[in-house]
Amino acid sequence: MPKLVSHPDEVRIISRRFGTGAENIDKYVELDGYKAAQLCIEKGPEFIINEMKASGLRGRGGAGFPTGLKWSFVPKNVDRPKYVLVNGDESEPGTCKDHLIFLHDPHAIIEGTIIAGLAIGAKMGFIYLRGEYRYLLKIMEKAVADAYAKGYLGKNIFGSGIDFEVVTQTGAGAYEVGEESALMESLEGKRGVPRIKPPFPAVVGLYGGPTVINNAETIASVPHIFLMGGEAYAKVGSERNGGTRLFGISGHVEKPGVYELPMGYNLKKAIYEVAGGVLGGKKLKAVVPGGSSTPVLTADELDVGLDFDQMGKAGTMLGSGGIVVLDETVSMVEFALRTISFYQHESCGWCIPCREGTDWLKKTIGRVYAGGGVEKDLDNIKYLAENMMGRTFCPLGDAAAMPTIGFIKKFRHEFEEYVRGNAGVSPAEHDAALVSLG
Amino acid sequence: MADVTFTVDGKKLTAPAGTLLIDACRTAGIEIPAFCYYPGLSLQAACRMCVVRIEKMPKLQTACTTPVAEGMVVQTETEEVKQSRKAVLELLLGNHPLDCPVCDAGGECELQDMTFKYGAGESKYIETKQHREEQKWSPVVYFDRPRCILCYRCVRVCGEGMDVWALGVQNRGVTSVIAPNGGDHLGCEECGMCIDICPVGALTSDTYRYKTRPWEMNHVGTVCTHCGDGCKTTLGVKRSNDGMEIVRGDNRDKSGINNDFLCIKGRYAFDFANRTDRLTTPLVRQADGKLAPVSWEEALTFAANKLNEVRSNRGGNAIGVIGSNRTTNEENYLLQKFARGVLGTNNIDHHRTADYAAFAAALKGKANREASLRDFISAPAMLLLGNDPTEQHPALAWQIRSNVRQNRARLYVANHREIKLRRQAKAAVELPQDGYASFISYLAGNDGAFTGNDANDFREALRKEESLVIAFGSEFRGRDIQALVEFGLSMPNVKFACLGDYSNSRGAADMGLLPDLLPGYVPVASEHKFAEETGIEWPKQPGLDLVQMLDAAGSGEIGALYVVGANPVARYGVDPSALKNTFLVVQDMFLTETAVLADVVFPAANAYEKAGTITNTYGDLQLVKKAADKAGVRSDFELIVRLADKMGADPKKLVPFGKGVRADFGQSRGAQSGEADRHAVWLSANHLEPKLSPFDPFAIFDEIQRLVPSYNVPRLNLLAGNDEHVKSELVQIDTTGSRRDLVLPANDGLYTSGTLGRYSDKLAEVLASKTTEIAETAAD
Ligand SMILES: Cc1cc2nc3c(=O)[nH]c(=O)nc-3n(C[C@H](O)[C@H](O)[C@H](O)COP(=O)(O)O)c2cc1C
Ligand code: SF4
Ligand code: SF4
Ligand code: SF4
Ligand code: FES
Repeated sequence: MPKLVSHPDEVRIISRRFGTGAENIDKYVELDGYKAAQLCIEKGPEFIINEMKASGLRGRGGAGFPTGLKWSFVPKNVDRPKYVLVNGDESEPGTCKDHLIFLHDPHAIIEGTIIAGLAIGAKMGFIYLRGEYRYLLKIMEKAVADAYAKGYLGKNIFGSGIDFEVVTQTGAGAYEVGEESALMESLEGKRGVPRIKPPFPAVVGLYGGPTVINNAETIASVPHIFLMGGEAYAKVGSERNGGTRLFGISGHVEKPGVYELPMGYNLKKAIYEVAGGVLGGKKLKAVVPGGSSTPVLTADELDVGLDFDQMGKAGTMLGSGGIVVLDETVSMVEFALRTISFYQHESCGWCIPCREGTDWLKKTIGRVYAGGGVEKDLDNIKYLAENMMGRTFCPLGDAAAMPTIGFIKKFRHEFEEYVRGNAGVSPAEHDAALVSLG
Repeated sequence: MADVTFTVDGKKLTAPAGTLLIDACRTAGIEIPAFCYYPGLSLQAACRMCVVRIEKMPKLQTACTTPVAEGMVVQTETEEVKQSRKAVLELLLGNHPLDCPVCDAGGECELQDMTFKYGAGESKYIETKQHREEQKWSPVVYFDRPRCILCYRCVRVCGEGMDVWALGVQNRGVTSVIAPNGGDHLGCEECGMCIDICPVGALTSDTYRYKTRPWEMNHVGTVCTHCGDGCKTTLGVKRSNDGMEIVRGDNRDKSGINNDFLCIKGRYAFDFANRTDRLTTPLVRQADGKLAPVSWEEALTFAANKLNEVRSNRGGNAIGVIGSNRTTNEENYLLQKFARGVLGTNNIDHHRTADYAAFAAALKGKANREASLRDFISAPAMLLLGNDPTEQHPALAWQIRSNVRQNRARLYVANHREIKLRRQAKAAVELPQDGYASFISYLAGNDGAFTGNDANDFREALRKEESLVIAFGSEFRGRDIQALVEFGLSMPNVKFACLGDYSNSRGAADMGLLPDLLPGYVPVASEHKFAEETGIEWPKQPGLDLVQMLDAAGSGEIGALYVVGANPVARYGVDPSALKNTFLVVQDMFLTETAVLADVVFPAANAYEKAGTITNTYGDLQLVKKAADKAGVRSDFELIVRLADKMGADPKKLVPFGKGVRADFGQSRGAQSGEADRHAVWLSANHLEPKLSPFDPFAIFDEIQRLVPSYNVPRLNLLAGNDEHVKSELVQIDTTGSRRDLVLPANDGLYTSGTLGRYSDKLAEVLASKTTEIAETAAD
């Protein structure tokens, strides 16, 4: 089990039960577990949605869509079955927060799922884990079985007359199935390729039924909203960004780890105070603030609040909350190559700009990195990425293009060094790196 | 749906709400480029070529997935849009082998066209391209992966369109590749739709690949010569050593009743025309008992003299005539006119694959009750009784599937077999093989007539239908057809289709290749207009039917048989010795089981080598145009005229050429540019007017339209290459009494087509591969 970190600035809501043994259902109940679900059964869907809207909770999967609003989009009177879907595909490089929830507090996910189901009138929920999280499946499955045994899941939950089933499932190892509609395809046993939208999942989702899909952290936050009250939860965060969030701070910092900070917490403070500053007192070069798809920030751009709106204003995104800190020793060309290699490998291949674009970006950046680039390649990298932006079928194309544009705009001088042969890295090292990238 | 108004490129347009922007634009003549969008197939939004700028939307939008909305303002060709499309093309070309100079699709490739329009002339990369070796997936399908742009059209047409699901996508990202779901082979229905629909040259066919460049061919729109569906096809023909050779068939222009559908037979089974054992000279049996090539003059004179001799010595009734299911209406009409007017006999028949006469009797006087093949694309409900369209009427099966998929039409299937179309059925009932008549009785309300699972639900649901087309197979004959039509007419808005087997089986019956009925089902014994119009004496006594003729030949009552494009010896299992005393004249492409017994064999042209009209089993009349040519052969039309001429008949009486002929099928002039006008040469030699030829079937078509009211349909549309439905209510059949049941279903499947099919090497190869496939599956 990975070591847990802590810092006094943390506000522990989601992580409150981490390390307490709450994966055990009795322990979970002792720590106020399943109280929120029972409250919600008593109060009914309208109350739930109002409270969710009041909480200001925004999706923790990356896009930050207001969760209460999303739930309210599900049509009330339809004869098709409705579903709740928990997105535990967590694959965005730099992100490792959902993983801790599954590990330490699986019942919070089950309880959140029940509440979402109550809100929209679903009788069934699916918890989808990324393929590489197979080892967490055991924990999740045990939690589900325990909840069934206690009568918290299945027929007549909590003696309420309401039925609710939960099924767990793992993916097969594709980043793209984290995208909500591709996840549904995958769950239905098909190729993990996204669907055309509209219709949106809230109307036509899993197996054609109206579906609410939320990130695991979003869902795990839900019970706490009802324990605290929506408004109180909202107050913890910043304007229009309620509550707290798990931020995974990694890279060249003294104390890497997952910290729960209130929304709007200052990025610079998070790096220099919470995570203990740059490793070995080196100079900070750049920060990737919210998972590898978010545009990079330079050392001068860090004085910004960690919420969806402030990060947007700063020209980047809050994304998945995975903050990667890069010190002065990092080659931004190599980092760009590493990033695009990931997206090239993970592109599902459905649409032309992403399928071909990620591949040519990887090849071109790879060649520049290996010393075979020319000046024109740098324009071409920018041209390729800009022609992918906003033109692909799903946001993975943007996720590949956005950071690339960021790297080439903000660190063009480094790319130029490579083109001119001044990068100071031996060709042998380049070759080895390229080989390892496959 | 209500109409909405929106603006595209400054033009105000109106379309029903819900219409896809790409369709609305195309209807208005504004072209939106598209690779993955294909009308009728599911949406993909994968190629991103159709992007347009829509006001108030942050990003470019795909026109193929955006429904039009009130007040929407769209721009389709801004600099931004053009750049976006160009970028997509650059990306595609980045990995493309650029082997256009040798590619089958070169010159008719959508990727080339788009590149030409949007320009992507600059190479931006120097890295190696993704390459994979070419693969052969079936006897007809090859795949050249580097040319593939992953538009998924092939996957969808195979799955959604054909309900075969042989193709899929493997791997992901840049290594994504189209692949057969069966591993290294397709195991499919070999229709070639995937090849046809491929916008580039990634999928190619064994028959066409690397054979020609598209612009080296002539393209002739005609009709498939195989099954009774009558698919429109455009044949690509190319000059060969001895004429014009067909190199491909498709219906890419989506004209006609079949949209772009063709089955394996329409698409590939034209290769019989180029077989090396094709007859190209007349043959006459010699004193040594062997058939030997002779001159046309000798063969015609010999046959004519012999026929004259039998006629004068023993009377016309000592001669029998057997016609064809694949010759044109004009040829069939001419053949019966020749039999009746020149030979003086009603002994004329053909291999009947459906009881069209009973159907004609049942529908007599009832206007608009016969379904066109087109009706199956739009009917809200369809009832299929007997038959297995997937095997026997592939185009019908295609229409039914499309209708169910696209319009949510309801299909009802009653069959004694587990046919594939049951997958599309809303309700299905399994009947005993002889249970069709009682099932109709049950449907008509006679509860005791049938018991079976689901029958009640089936009937309940069917009875609720307010508009229905009924297709029935050769399981129905005579009185059963009558009973079926009576039941059908008890429902509102019903149309019927009688399913028979070959390209012009229907025309053979309609044109009087029957011993008791003249063209238009006029009884031979009745007072009719044919006599007064033609100045020929028409015998009144019904003649012998096909089976009787064969028996009479065996017993010596018939002294001569004239067989045109038919193989009764194989079809009816005739003992060759039974025909040894019969003077046998055969017109055919090959030395069939029948031709090999003949005294005279004339080498005949096939349906792709002549002009005329044919009628599919639904009564859709279409124009057949001369596409191919083979030195040495003659059309059956010409052969009949020449034979009659040699027998001393007046060709002007037989073919009223020069008499009000309003147009010309193009046959007498030689359809292909530069071809020697041998008809004209013959005409001048005989001091006839070269422009009005006795070999021009249009003269006969004129006569048909004058004398057969059901065929008096507007001609202009027909000449333009479209179909016209015959007016089946206008037949003059005697509706009392019953006829002997002579229906012999052909029982062809997807890969067979009677005798003709056996001369297609491609069909033989595919059939053999299917047999091994089945054996291998069984062994698994
Ligand atoms: C390429 C791609 C990958 C994604 N991966 C994830 C993921 O791993 N986990 C996740 O919760 N959301 C992921 N998302 C976002 C989901 O599509 C969806 O927006 C999210 O699950 C909604 O939940 P939320 O509203 O609670 O954030 C991904 C989106 C894209 C485009
Ligand atoms: S952008 Fe296109 S190719 Fe890339 S993951 Fe999304 S759908 Fe697949
Ligand atoms: S083979 Fe042709 S039709 Fe199929 S995906 Fe490739 S380009 Fe499209
Ligand atoms: S369905 Fe019939 S008419 Fe159409 S192509 Fe096939 S054989 Fe020819
Ligand atoms: S035609 Fe619209 S994306 Fe391909």
